[in-house]
Amino acid sequence: MDYIDMHAHMVSRTTDDYEQMAMAGCKVVSEPAFWAGFDRRSADAFADYFHELTTFEPQRAARFGIRHYTWLCLNPKEGEDREMARRVLPLIPPLLDHPNVLGIGEIGLNRVTRNELATFRDHVEMAIEHDQMIIIHTPHLEDKYKGTRVIVDTLAADARIRRERVIIDHVEEHTVDMVVSEGFWAGITLYPVTKCTPARAIDMIEMYGDDRIYAASACDWGRSAPLAVPRFIVEMRRRGHDEAFIRKIVFDNPLAFLQQNPKFNLPSARVPVALNA
Amino acid sequence: MSRYSRACPMSQHALIDEFFIEHRVHVLEVAAYLDRLNRAAEQDANDDFRYVALKRAVAELTSSVPGRVERVQMIFSDPDVRLLEERDQQSAWGASKQASRSNGLPPPEAS
Repeated sequence: MDYIDMHAHMVSRTTDDYEQMAMAGCKVVSEPAFWAGFDRRSADAFADYFHELTTFEPQRAARFGIRHYTWLCLNPKEGEDREMARRVLPLIPPLLDHPNVLGIGEIGLNRVTRNELATFRDHVEMAIEHDQMIIIHTPHLEDKYKGTRVIVDTLAADARIRRERVIIDHVEEHTVDMVVSEGFWAGITLYPVTKCTPARAIDMIEMYGDDRIYAASACDWGRSAPLAVPRFIVEMRRRGHDEAFIRKIVFDNPLAFLQQNPKFNLPSARVPVALNA
Repeated sequence: MSRYSRACPMSQHALIDEFFIEHRVHVLEVAAYLDRLNRAAEQDANDDFRYVALKRAVAELTSSVPGRVERVQMIFSDPDVRLLEERDQQSAWGASKQASRSNGLPPPEAS
């Protein structure tokens, strides 16, 4: 089945992963900017990272007929450093017209601090000023509930936010309701151990509906699975769901969100796409 | 509780036939982990907030009321939504030190 992986940190993955994802039906990857596993020591490191996301990765994906899109930001893990945020955020607007940049992300919170929230707000202002869509990271583990609550409340208080253009990602059982009931898109992350399994993802979809929701791998440098979405598809079939319902979650819904940006388009069948870099 | 009512398309029999074995092993893994903690050479963490939260979560599994996973998530969560003044650490623990000192009940918003 064709699918779109809405959250994949491909800079951390091998070319073999691209090949296997293509063989499994992946047509599009959406790659938000994220944490490298350590705090970067200069704005130049972010500039190089953004260059990689907008040049090297789309070329690498195109070799396998996968269209690569990206989102730019200073990620929540580094949002505590306000001085770094002041140096990095100005790097982003000049890149927003690049053909594979779809918006701002993954912004959000980590330990849910005052500085993190200030950096989050700065990104939201940038997104509004430049009419960009947003992908939002919610914190891990014990911080997920409070972080998601703060994010939802912050956005809900801002009448300028167009909720249909905002993804709040990494929802779990205790946060999915507050996201979908407020009209935001909800991303479920199929990430072993620390986030959600395919079975639990299906539970949430069965209980909260199939509108404005999807499942993605969030594969990165940690213990993660670039083929998590195909595994989710298999689990959906085991659970008795029909092909049209499964396709809605892994393809139609992501497509509906991404197509809000006119720069988005699907790759032509069987023809690798080369973006101008 | 309508959210829980017949939301899964499979029958109970079908769910058990298809998925019982793979969930049986998860229960055995938790049982073995708790035994391993009892057998540990040093009994030095019986009040560790993660161990406390785990035992509280395991107890929740025996509830007959739907919504177990949401309640277990809240047992592991920090329910205090006030902002930290500054970042104290980069990574999360998996359970909340603060919640382990509370009564373990989720805040009103979670119900």
